[in-house]
Amino acid sequence: MSIPENLRYTESHEWVREDGGESVIGITDFAQHELTDIVFVDLPEVDSEVEAKKACCVVESTKIAADIYAPVSGKIVAVNEELNDHPEWVNESPYEKGWLVRIAPSDKSELDTLMNAADYQSHLDSE
Amino acid sequence: MIDIDPSNRNMEPTLFQISREGRTGYALPEQDTPRYDLGESLGPDLYRDSSPPLPSLSEPQIARHFTRLSQLNFCIDTGFYPLGSCTMKYNPKINDQMAADPDFSNLHPLQDEEDTQGALELMHSLQKYLCEYAGMDEFSLCSLAGAQGEFVGLLLIRAYLESLGQSDRNVILVPDSAHGTNPASATLAGFKTVEIPSNKEGRVDVEQLKAALNDQVAGLMMTNPNTIGLFEKDILEIAEAVHGAGGQLYYDGANLNAIAGVARPGDMGFDVVHINLHKTFSTPHGGGGPGGGPVGVKSHLIPFLPKPHVGKKSDDEFYLNLSSKNSIGSVSGFWGNFGILVRAYVYLRHHGLPGIRNNSEMAVLNANFLKALLADEFPTAFQGTCMHEFVLNLKKADTGDQRAMGVAKRLLDYGVHAPTVYFPLVVPEAAMIEPTESETPETLRKFAAIMKQVRRECIEKPNLIEGAPWETPVRKLDEVTAARSPVLVESL
Repeated sequence: MSIPENLRYTESHEWVREDGGESVIGITDFAQHELTDIVFVDLPEVDSEVEAKKACCVVESTKIAADIYAPVSGKIVAVNEELNDHPEWVNESPYEKGWLVRIAPSDKSELDTLMNAADYQSHLDSE
Repeated sequence: MIDIDPSNRNMEPTLFQISREGRTGYALPEQDTPRYDLGESLGPDLYRDSSPPLPSLSEPQIARHFTRLSQLNFCIDTGFYPLGSCTMKYNPKINDQMAADPDFSNLHPLQDEEDTQGALELMHSLQKYLCEYAGMDEFSLCSLAGAQGEFVGLLLIRAYLESLGQSDRNVILVPDSAHGTNPASATLAGFKTVEIPSNKEGRVDVEQLKAALNDQVAGLMMTNPNTIGLFEKDILEIAEAVHGAGGQLYYDGANLNAIAGVARPGDMGFDVVHINLHKTFSTPHGGGGPGGGPVGVKSHLIPFLPKPHVGKKSDDEFYLNLSSKNSIGSVSGFWGNFGILVRAYVYLRHHGLPGIRNNSEMAVLNANFLKALLADEFPTAFQGTCMHEFVLNLKKADTGDQRAMGVAKRLLDYGVHAPTVYFPLVVPEAAMIEPTESETPETLRKFAAIMKQVRRECIEKPNLIEGAPWETPVRKLDEVTAARSPVLVESL
């Protein structure tokens, strides 16, 4: 189970990569494995506002439709539109090609509440 | 090429594939009435200029095609369904016989009331019986299925709040173990939904519920027993809290099968209920209906019930009330799925209160018996005695690398229908089990033995699980490609 060191994590299995003052969001390797083969990603509108811990998109597999929760509050500045044609990228490359949305955070202190890789590993062990 | 490969014997071609031009299965006599030119009457905008591409077949081809398809199907008359009332449960044949009686089946909904008194009396009696079983003051039979019942029930709550000048109450609370239809119905009825978490016993967390109550809350939707199969024992405290905050309490009747004849939602404090007739009162399951989702209410909601409603003019005279001025209006064509109402009526008359109570008790006993048979190898998601169903957490079972989906598919090879998996969402690798009241201990013992055999296969022969099912007419389907690149049209 891959957990890159350079990312921050939520208890609900999203990851955040800080990139030029913005936050790139995706789901973890663990999450894609649990969801199984992803067949559809329902992405939000660019420019819409999201609130931390509230659903910001939906990922559907043959097993389940799961809400993805925004790790931080802010405005959606980009979405990974290629997932409309390639939802399988979330399974194949959850940390790179399978990113979901890019958020301009409104409150950067929220990032400090997220877990680092080691903490996320122990969160997985305890689940 | 002629296909005589025995392994393809179950691959039934479509009617279009076996069609041959010019073949017919009927012969009509010479027309002896004046010819009516439909094309001229409808005009070129409405009248098509060529015939639709219908298949050309002989009568025996059609008879064999549909008989073979029916034999390839898994059905309740040949096998066991481990999630009974939700998917498929045995219905007594007498229901169908009564509903097929020409005195019922030949009625037309536009016939005069004086010609349909028997049908109206049946509907009126059913309204009263359902009031008795649910502890409500009045029932509407209009809704065509449980989900529509939810929608109608929520519209009733909205109409009632509007009549009080409280239309700013726009939040419906739903527990996190709720059926997906609950938030969907609330959204369709114009409400926002807020989720209430379960506590570690698997029941509604009363403190979190109380914290969520405020003057925006229109109501709380609950299933009792809940989808985990546990009775919400705090229901009286919950009802008091919701009513104290000015909200209405909605009962999702999906699990009434566990308590019918024993306890009544109305006595628990519920203001509105819907009943899924197929789950508790023995009407057909699956295939999209026809269904019935009657909605029951306490007296304060009666003025808003949908039209028409069957009323009683005198001891032996019944009528369709179409004039109720505060009604939310019509929610279905004519007066609901009448044939389904006949079946539910027959079932209730056939069993009576002692019989219905016995069915509920047997449903609970069967579920606990099966849970005990499985307990040493399959832990349940939550502890304690269950009601009519229980949820296995296959993550806690020793199934190696295999998951609930694999176990479910492998059951098909043993002639058992797959249970519902991955619901409720609060349980990882969930498998819901509900044997229902109609199964014998022998069937349950056999199912438990099959489950344990499948678990051993998960460890010892994982390939068997990964490739399952092996014995069904159609092998494992490629669900992923079907969902990602569906082919929805067959070219003719």
